[in-house]
Amino acid sequence: MQAKLSVVALSVAAALAMTACGKKEEPKPATAPAAPAAPAAKPVIVVKLGHVAPMTGPQAHLGKDNESGARLAIEELNAQGLEIGGAKVSFELLGEDDQADPKQGSIVAQKLVDAKVAGVIGHLNSGTTIPASKLYSDAGIPQISGSATNPKYTQQGFKTAFRVMANDVQQGKSLGEFAAKQGVKTVAIVDDRTAYGQGLADEFKKAAEAAGIKVVATEYTNDKATDFKAILTKIKSTKPDLVFYGGMDAQGGPMAKQMKELGIKAKFLGGDGVCTPEFMKLGGEATEGNYCSLPGMPLEKLAKGPEFKDKFTKKFGMDIQLYAPYVYDAVMVMADSMKRADSVDPAKYLPAVGQTKYDGVTAMIEFDQFGDLKGGEISIYQYKGGKLEYVETLGGSAVGAVKEAAAEVKEAAKAVAGAASAAGADAVKAGAEAVKGAAEATKAAVEKK
Amino acid sequence: MKRHRKVPFLHVAVDLPKMDIFLQQIINGLVQGSIYALVALGYTMVYGIMGLINFAHGEVVMIGTLVTITVATTLIKAGMPVAVAGLAGLSSAVLVCMALGWGLERIAYRPLRNAPRLTPLITAIGMSIVLQNVAMIVWGRNYLTFPHLLPKVNFEVAGANFTAVQVMIVVVSGLTMAGLVFLVYRTKLGMAMRATAQNPQVASLMGVNSNRVISAAFVIGSALGALAGVMVGTYYEIAHYQMGFMLGLKAFTAAVLGGIGNLAGAMAGGILLGIIEALGAGYIGDLTGGFLGSHYQDIFAFVVLIVVLMFKPSGLFGEKTGDRA
Repeated sequence: MQAKLSVVALSVAAALAMTACGKKEEPKPATAPAAPAAPAAKPVIVVKLGHVAPMTGPQAHLGKDNESGARLAIEELNAQGLEIGGAKVSFELLGEDDQADPKQGSIVAQKLVDAKVAGVIGHLNSGTTIPASKLYSDAGIPQISGSATNPKYTQQGFKTAFRVMANDVQQGKSLGEFAAKQGVKTVAIVDDRTAYGQGLADEFKKAAEAAGIKVVATEYTNDKATDFKAILTKIKSTKPDLVFYGGMDAQGGPMAKQMKELGIKAKFLGGDGVCTPEFMKLGGEATEGNYCSLPGMPLEKLAKGPEFKDKFTKKFGMDIQLYAPYVYDAVMVMADSMKRADSVDPAKYLPAVGQTKYDGVTAMIEFDQFGDLKGGEISIYQYKGGKLEYVETLGGSAVGAVKEAAAEVKEAAKAVAGAASAAGADAVKAGAEAVKGAAEATKAAVEKK
Repeated sequence: MKRHRKVPFLHVAVDLPKMDIFLQQIINGLVQGSIYALVALGYTMVYGIMGLINFAHGEVVMIGTLVTITVATTLIKAGMPVAVAGLAGLSSAVLVCMALGWGLERIAYRPLRNAPRLTPLITAIGMSIVLQNVAMIVWGRNYLTFPHLLPKVNFEVAGANFTAVQVMIVVVSGLTMAGLVFLVYRTKLGMAMRATAQNPQVASLMGVNSNRVISAAFVIGSALGALAGVMVGTYYEIAHYQMGFMLGLKAFTAAVLGGIGNLAGAMAGGILLGIIEALGAGYIGDLTGGFLGSHYQDIFAFVVLIVVLMFKPSGLFGEKTGDRA
């Protein structure tokens, strides 16, 4: 009897293990969403979109955040009832877990390719996004990441790789300039040896050295560590003004705390990976008064930002961690491209992704020829009283701004011409104003440069 | 001519300011090592008696931390004094982990007592995954913050900083290990354990209830794990459902380094591993002229492990156990 019981218990345990290890979001049997009782309803096609982020492991909280952003977008799209190519479209999200591990990233990427998804949103980490992008490129599946910021992702010459966030060249540069502006003379750099952390730290180093800051120590950790006392002790002996960390919040928070415990007086600075509420929760009072950066503008300052925040908190009962709005935009851009191309076939709508001009939550999304977001700004934030306080916005490549402004002038001129031919006095006036505005923008951009 | 007598003295004068850094690294390593040692004891006790590596032990530590967080945070919110809440958290963690250790043995290992050696090893890994995922479902994916249980006091001695928490960790680990040694070598239960470790069949012929002894080893090991979990929590003040994995792996390494199955070996191995890691991270860059950075700190620990095992396959303190391994 006892043996039997244990066997039962074991098999329960095994079943548990299997469900727990297996992917939670197995594709549900395509439940074509109830075309409401109208017999003459249009045909419904189910469009599968893949989403990849670490859903287990040290970055699971960020992965969940990303996936929530994607789910919100998918639900809204389905509620809108889009019609593409004469058929009603129902989107379905295939969520995969890459555990922030490059090997696992390629495995699940292949799984999505085999499942013939129409597009992929993700991955979260640069380290998993870069190797996976090759598989998507080979299969011709468009990929939009809302958070992979390593420059290499879009520099491999893949036509399928896009991102809706400024890359780390921009971010590292802005952070380096910001540090110099803060009067920092010496800096110790730590990174977590992931594609993201290393890339950001390298770009920061370049910018910092260019701005005359001396790098007095370069140390490394990994994306699973909790103890940084040994490397921080070494850093302490070099007495830097600032410790820069290229990595994620789960390591950054404890690192800031341990700096304080070791009596290190240096300030702490990091990129988007540590610009989260989680970082402050983990770092406690040690984070107070330090700075971090995020690509784009703060949500509060964007037209659709507060609305998105409300929607998100109401739906999921938790705050936005980090990239959810970017991932939301990534899904929307993909759907928008399908709509413009009037096809859900990756080969047909891929060119449309490159021509995106979509007014998203996070930015006006347009891609350059590499698939990078045009003109991405970087905003600096300060940790203050347990909140991230917006300080200023840097960058937003001046060249891009000039180009954009020039394009605007041209468009405005066209509008004027059109209006003139229509001989509408009001329209002419509006057109003229537009020209003036655009010209001013150009001037400002040039001055900024 | 250049070999002037004063050179060595000059050398010392130059190196002196670095002594505080060296001392700091030793303190870092000692604290980290005490935690490893306490977790390693759990591995080594079970191995010593059954010859089984309980890979789920790291997860027991994790559950200990998470239970403490839940209990202590709830009580603190309810207005209890921090000390009371902390003790309540600690005792509930110990109780939960003891029950968990007992249950693990009953469910995953006892039915396989006479199975080939590989089978319980696989169920151990399976239990580790089950526990991780159960914890993920219960406590969620987010990082949890551990409440401040001890006042934040910083000491500075000879340029090295340490906190009250660090002192507590080293002292509590030391006392616990001493208690365990007393238990194993001075009590009846300890004698039964040692007898079972030597030969379970003969021990049971002598009237030792080996099932009870094995259960006791799991329960005691898990209690130590819970204690280690609370200390990890107070030290880093964060917890996560995956925190047990790396910790377990390091502690297992420490147990092997010291000689698995040997109590003194687990302690020495843990502390040694902690110190090697700290020194490795601190000096590997200087020693290799910048060729290897601090991300190779684990190499240091594992090179030592490999060297020890090459020359003394049973570990530093290990006895030759013949067919046991």
